[in-house]
Amino acid sequence: MLDPQKIREDFPILRRKVNGHPLIYFDNAATSQKPKQVINAIKYYYENHNANVHRAVHTLSQEASELYENAHEEIAHFINARGMEEIVFVRGTTEAINLVAYGWGLHNLKKEDEVIVSLMEHHSNIIPWEIISQIRGFKIKYSQVESDGALDYASVENLLSRKTRMVCLSHVSNVTGIINDVRKVAKTAHDHGALMLVDGAQSVPHMPVNVKELDADFLAFSGHKMLGPTGIGALYGKREVLEKMRPFQGGGEMIKEVSFNRKRQCCSITWNVLPWKFEAGTPDVSGAVGLVEAVRYLKRIGMENVKKYEETLTKYALPRMADSSRKIEIYGSKDASRKCGIIPFGVKGLSSHDVALFLDNYGIMVRSGFHCAQPLHEVLKLNSSARASFYIYNTREEIDMFTEVLKEIGQF
Amino acid sequence: MATVEDYVSRIEGTCGKEKDVIVIFKYERRDEAVKKILERATLKKSFAGIIFEMTFKNYSFRLYGSGKAIFRGFKNKEELNVVISELVL
Repeated sequence: MLDPQKIREDFPILRRKVNGHPLIYFDNAATSQKPKQVINAIKYYYENHNANVHRAVHTLSQEASELYENAHEEIAHFINARGMEEIVFVRGTTEAINLVAYGWGLHNLKKEDEVIVSLMEHHSNIIPWEIISQIRGFKIKYSQVESDGALDYASVENLLSRKTRMVCLSHVSNVTGIINDVRKVAKTAHDHGALMLVDGAQSVPHMPVNVKELDADFLAFSGHKMLGPTGIGALYGKREVLEKMRPFQGGGEMIKEVSFNRKRQCCSITWNVLPWKFEAGTPDVSGAVGLVEAVRYLKRIGMENVKKYEETLTKYALPRMADSSRKIEIYGSKDASRKCGIIPFGVKGLSSHDVALFLDNYGIMVRSGFHCAQPLHEVLKLNSSARASFYIYNTREEIDMFTEVLKEIGQF
Repeated sequence: MATVEDYVSRIEGTCGKEKDVIVIFKYERRDEAVKKILERATLKKSFAGIIFEMTFKNYSFRLYGSGKAIFRGFKNKEELNVVISELVL
């Protein structure tokens, strides 16, 4: 088991106070804090290696290119992809899903086709498909969610048909923390000839993820939720699927050759090889350096240990939160073994924002609102929710403090 | 002459079905803002100096000792600005 006290020493921000209280950061599903190793790696890169990557012969560019390419390799290894050609660096999960929607959906989906999206999705896995659907005219079918926030697997199976071209599902819900059996859904999708896109924003940072085992065609995730910097994330795509796709954005780096044909008065273009075909323009090299350092940090702990520890925290928190006041309501499944460390809750008579502001007064950071998942809140019949989400540096003592404050809120 | 901007650092619409607006007072003036609001609005209920349920004219809102307030039922930002100016200026 990991040692949270030792881990906490690596996170400078955890030493600060908010409103006179030690910071308790329970908003990890939104973004994680950064260890000094990541902060220092970015600083070291800018102080020693900074240059634009590729197509330069000078030493700094060679060094930066090597770091950037190695980052792809290390991320590929982290999720057990076949190699760096299957890892496209993007700004984050949102851009990764947009890349698939525009790069694949725009050119492959026709009016008679269907895409299945679950009602528990983050808006970033709904809106890109709605936009492309408006352009291409295909139908989006929404799979249902049970009253405890779990996926209704029968609903997915019922919606699947020969018209289905893509199934989109989050690995872990960003509202309830429920873990979906994406392997099972991927198999069913493939049996029907459809592709499978997994939103891994809440799974890759918190549990072992092996893309070969999941057998999904795409996996999208963000660096900033897994100890890395903001502005970098990755899209994993099966090599054979990525090869068939058109580029999402055009510019430098993503082309091998642009030749002007005088006779035809146009340019003939040859796309670059994977993954560069999908990485137009100067990439976020320092972000990649930071992300790799974050992955190394997580690997040293072990993703199985990360998962186990968060499950322990969730098991510890759930009954204490429920017992803190009769006014406290916990939404979704209360079975920690089916969840990552995300607990949505509410306090009768108060809005989620009131709850978050009350906690903020004690230096406790939780998120409030829809968490960019309004359809799921409608399914669960919630106006909004407060959400506590844990990571490797959170402790039982913090949960004790949190539940003490919940007791106070219950008295208001 | 002081303005609302001298006191307010951010005004943010909340995310959720409740269309609330959160007003965040500037750190250096938050104690002054909280004090003025407590003097000018009517206190309905409070808890431990942390949360104050207030009314002012026909508006109800919750004020927090940390210098934030949640306002409800405003048609637009201008209407909210008028109320904040009456509360803190």
